[in-house]
Amino acid sequence: MSFFEIKNLDIEYQTRKETIEASKKVSFSLERGEIIGIVGESGSGKSTVANAIINLIDKPGKITNGSIRLDEIELCKNEKIIQNIRGKKIGFIFQDPQTSLNPLFTIKEQLVETIQTHSNLNYNEAEKKSINLLKEVGIENPKKRINDYPHQFSGGMRQRVVIALAISCEPDLIIADEPTTALDVSIQFKILNLLKKLTIERNLGVIIITHDMGVIAETTDRVIVMRFGNIVEQGKTSKILSKPETIECKSLVMSVPPTNKKIKRFKLLSPDGKQIQDSSIKLTNNIIKNWGTRERSNKKLLDFINVTKVFDEGSIISSKNSESKVKALDNVSFNIYEGESFGLVGESGSGKSTIAKIISSLISPTSGEIFFEDISLHDPKNKIIKNKFRGQIQMIFQDPYSSLNPRFKVKNIIAEPIKFFQKNIDNEQVNKNIYDLIDIVGMSRQSLERYPHEFSGGQRQRISIARALATRPRLLICDEPTSALDVSIQAQVLNLLKDLQEQLNLTILFISHDLPVIRQMCDRTSVLKNGMVCETNDTESIFINPKHSYTKELLKLMPKIESII
Amino acid sequence: MISKLIYNIFDTDIGYSFRKSKIAILATIVFLIIVLASLFASIVAPYNPFDPASISLMDAFTPPAWSDGGNSNFILGTDQQGRDMFSTMIYGSRISLTVGFASIIFALILGVSLGVTSGYLGGRYEIIVMRFTDVQLTIPSILMALLVDGIARGFISKSLHNDMAIYVLILAIGISEWPQFARVTRAATLVEKNKEYILASKIIGLSNIVIMFKHILPNILRPVLVISTIGLSQAIITESTLSFLGVGFPPTNPSLGTLIRFGNNFLFSGEWWITFFPAIFLVVLAFSINLLGDWMRDALNPKLKAR
Repeated sequence: MSFFEIKNLDIEYQTRKETIEASKKVSFSLERGEIIGIVGESGSGKSTVANAIINLIDKPGKITNGSIRLDEIELCKNEKIIQNIRGKKIGFIFQDPQTSLNPLFTIKEQLVETIQTHSNLNYNEAEKKSINLLKEVGIENPKKRINDYPHQFSGGMRQRVVIALAISCEPDLIIADEPTTALDVSIQFKILNLLKKLTIERNLGVIIITHDMGVIAETTDRVIVMRFGNIVEQGKTSKILSKPETIECKSLVMSVPPTNKKIKRFKLLSPDGKQIQDSSIKLTNNIIKNWGTRERSNKKLLDFINVTKVFDEGSIISSKNSESKVKALDNVSFNIYEGESFGLVGESGSGKSTIAKIISSLISPTSGEIFFEDISLHDPKNKIIKNKFRGQIQMIFQDPYSSLNPRFKVKNIIAEPIKFFQKNIDNEQVNKNIYDLIDIVGMSRQSLERYPHEFSGGQRQRISIARALATRPRLLICDEPTSALDVSIQAQVLNLLKDLQEQLNLTILFISHDLPVIRQMCDRTSVLKNGMVCETNDTESIFINPKHSYTKELLKLMPKIESII
Repeated sequence: MISKLIYNIFDTDIGYSFRKSKIAILATIVFLIIVLASLFASIVAPYNPFDPASISLMDAFTPPAWSDGGNSNFILGTDQQGRDMFSTMIYGSRISLTVGFASIIFALILGVSLGVTSGYLGGRYEIIVMRFTDVQLTIPSILMALLVDGIARGFISKSLHNDMAIYVLILAIGISEWPQFARVTRAATLVEKNKEYILASKIIGLSNIVIMFKHILPNILRPVLVISTIGLSQAIITESTLSFLGVGFPPTNPSLGTLIRFGNNFLFSGEWWITFFPAIFLVVLAFSINLLGDWMRDALNPKLKAR
């Protein structure tokens, strides 16, 4: 008998129109000292299963069948039992460390409260135990820091506190729902190591839920792949990642961007297991005729010279003390040649998005100059010229759920920039352009009459791309265009961007925190840290032969799916 | 075709929540009855209270039909001039509703345009507009309305005053209500303006006016709809209060508030119905609108949708 076991678990969500089965006959087991990973795309039911274990399913969902056993105790039948066990025998680590701690209480109060709820320790003993726990999860000077409030800790430190909370009552099982998704690579590495260490030291069972195959490869012993509420495959991690059997699993593994080589395109599988042949893109002759072809000229297109940006958040009295100001960008320079794709990579707070906003004229730099061809983009004197160049720089955003106006039909979303830049265009011509654009991004023409909320994230990102292309830009800024998408959708969108670049000779500025994606997408790359450029070089040289110590560290720490194959 | 359209409306999430809420259905029915009755007052009301030929002083102070001395011709009795209370109330509610709707539309246009522009443009303009609303919110709305009414009286000659009363009241109530709209729309605009679809419009190069009124405005209409419903009952009550205080509608053209004021004079001499029925009518009207607003606030709130 295993230490933890789920058998034939069925979970249903009854809504007004239909019943959604979030989990269908899910069965798996877990031993002590083992880390099991659950992967799957969004909507595959992985979080639902995790929540079911601690009986925290949102209404109207309910467990209709099956059993969950921890040490021979049945969990899903009786609310009383689970209340005693939740927190005491099962610890839970949430995704976002920013919101999973109560900001009004000190760390001490939160730890002591949790410990005292589940044990008979008095206050002093509980406090002593809390300090030991903080030491165990690697927080320095725990005696002093225990009196701090959550906002005084950084994101990674906070996640450590959350882990300390989760293990405070000496649980047997820890469930971690996307524990490192909100964290940077270097912190992710440390948190995962901490989890691995605790698993062995305390002989715990750990369930990690994630969509990141790299994390799975680096931490788990076994893996469960879910899709539409079903387990499609489970087994040893190394086996699943190297020799997947089912089509779903194969297509999942194939769409993960490899970290050790550059591939031309992502291979995609259709649901019946055949490989989808190249180029979903159908460039009509019409659009080429309309747009004309652009030569890959290798001329300098964008020149970003010594730009510094200081955010002085609208305080009424501007502070004289320059040290208190946040320098988002510090003397950043790089240039982009026409037709290439240039990557910007860095952790959160490195100033990547600030650069995107400056180039697209959403904000202006504090000092420094930006030249697009030979025109200065931030010269207050030539506003007219700048407006003329507006259409030539377009942007694709990170979050496909907020980047389209929910009250507009897709047709009108795409038509708006066309009408804006070609004032005397007739309706017929506009429609023709819209059809061309929707064909290019590989969507059906019927979708033009619908509203954004009817589409999935990947489809919305395609609409977003169509809108950006509508002005016929020369420079396309992609600010984390795939970080909100599932891997297989990411592969499709990245393929689309590659095709577009090739056929339209677009210049792309690609911003991402995801090193493997950068490797697949970019010709040249700049590595940023705290608003400064660490190094700029050919992408391949950066990956093979990094010069800067920070780049080396990033490459060392990034989770690699190849590590166990 | 039309039945299909109605079916589709009731099949949306909001339609579903409406069907599920008995209170909302009841409130809608009551409100619709009052609105329709006041719209078709000349058909619904048995008498025309403004037609001197139909009024006889002999009928004055007739109690309601079911009490001693009641007359079945006058269901709810008559007032001191012999006007049928029921008919007068229906005509009165027509005035109350007109003022209510018109003033809330006035407040909505003023408040929403100031709210959207100040939220979107920010800077000194925002500070000035928002301080204006802060100042006005410290003045009770009745006082504000009295003030506007008083100033208007100073400008308009006495002979014109009775005819102008309705416009003065609309202006007075509208001005006292707009800060609510301005605050709510500004808050909603601040949320909306940082979303990426607005950034995308900026990158395209659309002008601020287009972004504000074509992109942001349709996305913040939900909270505006909710506060305008609740504001409507507020406006009707404010109008009645003003009329009750004697600065509203003249006795020749009585609104519900004017009727309550007249009745108040006779309350202690036993003719309770003259003030009682208009007051009840006002309460039912305001209550039905408030219930509707309450339901709407819940139904349009995405956070409460799961229930």
